[in-house]
Amino acid sequence: MEMFLDYLWVFLIGGLVCMIGQILIITTNITSARILVTFVIVGVFLEAIGVFDYISAFAGAGINVPIIGFGASLAKGTIGAVKSQGLLGIFTGGLTATAGGIAAAIIFAFIFALIFRSHTKK
Amino acid sequence: MKKNEERIKAYNKYVSAKVPKTKPWPTLFNSFWVGGVICLIGQGINDLILFLVPNISEQSAWAYTLIALIFIAAFLTGIGVYDKIGKFAGGGSIVPITGFSNSITSPSIEFKSEGIIYGICVKMFTIAGPVIVFGVISSALVGLIYYIIYLFI
Repeated sequence: MEMFLDYLWVFLIGGLVCMIGQILIITTNITSARILVTFVIVGVFLEAIGVFDYISAFAGAGINVPIIGFGASLAKGTIGAVKSQGLLGIFTGGLTATAGGIAAAIIFAFIFALIFRSHTKK
Repeated sequence: MKKNEERIKAYNKYVSAKVPKTKPWPTLFNSFWVGGVICLIGQGINDLILFLVPNISEQSAWAYTLIALIFIAAFLTGIGVYDKIGKFAGGGSIVPITGFSNSITSPSIEFKSEGIIYGICVKMFTIAGPVIVFGVISSALVGLIYYIIYLFI
C-alpha cells in the first residue's frame, strides 16, 4: 500500500510538472528549447533555495526525471564542490555532477545517428 | 496598391484557416498522463537498481536511472516512435529527461546527410546547447553566491 502511494505521488507530481510545460506551450507558443531552458533554471533555483530536496523526498522520480532534476543536480554539484574545493568548485561542480547524463545523451545520440535514417515527417 | 493589401488580407485569412488548431484540453490531459507515466518508468528503473544492487549509493542509482531513460529515448527517437509520442503528448514528452535526449538524437539523425562533423556533431547541440549553457551559467552563479556566503560564516 505504501509503495502504491509512493508511485501515485511520482505519477501526480511528474504529470503536473509536464502539464505546466504544456500550459506554457499553449499560452505562449514557446519553443521546446525555451521550455527546457526555463525548467533547468527553475531546477537550479529550487536547489539553490533548498526546496528541491523536500519535493524530491516524496515525489522521487516525479521531480528527478523532469529536466528540473537536471538543473537541481547542476546546482547541487556546484554547491557541494564550493563547500569542499572553494572557488574552483564554481567551475567544476556543475558539470561533474551531470557528466553522466550529458555524456550518455551524446554517446547514444551519436551511435543511433550512425545506425538509423531520418524518418520522413508526415 | 489597395488590391495588394486585399490580397495579403485574403492570404492571411487562408493561412489561419489552414493552420491546425490544437485543442487545449486533450493535449493538457495527454501531457499529464504521458509525463506521469515516463516518471513512473523512471521510478521503476530506480527501484529495480536499488533492489538488484543493494549497496549502491542513492546518487549513483539516480545516475543509472537517468542514463537508462536517455538510452530508451534515444532508441525510440531512432526508430521514429518518440516523435509520434511527442505529437500526441506535447509537454509530456519534452519536459522529462527523455525530451532532452530526444532533442539531441533527433537533429543528429535528421542532419546525418550533411556529414558526421557538420551534420551529426554540429546539429546535435541545436537545442541541448542552450540548455547546457544556461544550466552551467545559472548554477555557477549559485555557486558564486554560496562561495561568498561561506566566506562570511
